[in-house]
Amino acid sequence: MSTPVGTRGTEYEMVVERGKIAEFAAAMQSQNPAYAGPGAIVPPTFLMSSSLWAPEGAAVDVGFDRRRLLHGEQEFIFHGPLPRAGQVLKVREQLVDRYEKPGRRGGMMRFAVVVTEYRDEDGTLVAEARKTLIETAPRGGAS
Amino acid sequence: MPVQVGEKAEARQYGPLTTRMFVRYAGASGDFNPMHYDDTLARAAGYPSVFSQGMHSAALLASFAVDWLGAENVRRFAVRFREQVWPGDVLTCTGEITAISHSEGGLLATAELTAARQTGGIAVSASADFLFPSLALI
Repeated sequence: MSTPVGTRGTEYEMVVERGKIAEFAAAMQSQNPAYAGPGAIVPPTFLMSSSLWAPEGAAVDVGFDRRRLLHGEQEFIFHGPLPRAGQVLKVREQLVDRYEKPGRRGGMMRFAVVVTEYRDEDGTLVAEARKTLIETAPRGGAS
Repeated sequence: MPVQVGEKAEARQYGPLTTRMFVRYAGASGDFNPMHYDDTLARAAGYPSVFSQGMHSAALLASFAVDWLGAENVRRFAVRFREQVWPGDVLTCTGEITAISHSEGGLLATAELTAARQTGGIAVSASADFLFPSLALI
């Protein structure tokens, strides 16, 4: 299966919660005061937790073999001040790129880039998460 | 504020890491892949034990980075996953400012960061941008 570039998941709402930020800050061993209290802002990688709010169909299935699937890179971009506790974000995933490279031991490695957009109540794009998935070449070098 | 090219952060260590920490990250993030907390399943899949979520190591590196350059200032945080991280590992985080540019909202500092295992192997590396708005006035 080869999901086409441009495929979008179902849009959903993510409530940015003070308690979830505190829980995430504890998991990252942070005592940074920016992550405490009613005005808590999100930590750099916090938006990973938006999957908690995702309904069925929100995640784009790029069609890679799960046994050969690697998470290669993950990038978070903030277009202004960080989202904070109390905000409700609209979230949507989109497959934006696919490409192939020869594997080191023969065969082709496949890459897919999925961007998750986070928009505020006014529809302004406030953050993006960019995930690069890799499907390693099949064993034996056959592609 | 350390906003000069070549400026380095004071290194910081996280660990020894425990399965309990992986479980805490699983709950916080919603990543419940059992390879990170179920030792029986991880061994059955051919691993010597459970191992950390790559995003858990990334979160520790992010924690280090924001304490250095400011939680409110982060505008980009990009991680690359390199080596797996195991219970008992100690991660040493380091960082250096590699570029500074003028942007619309102030000075944008780019930092290169790494979290290295006790073996010296890099677990995760990151590139991050931090915006210093007030410095635009200088």
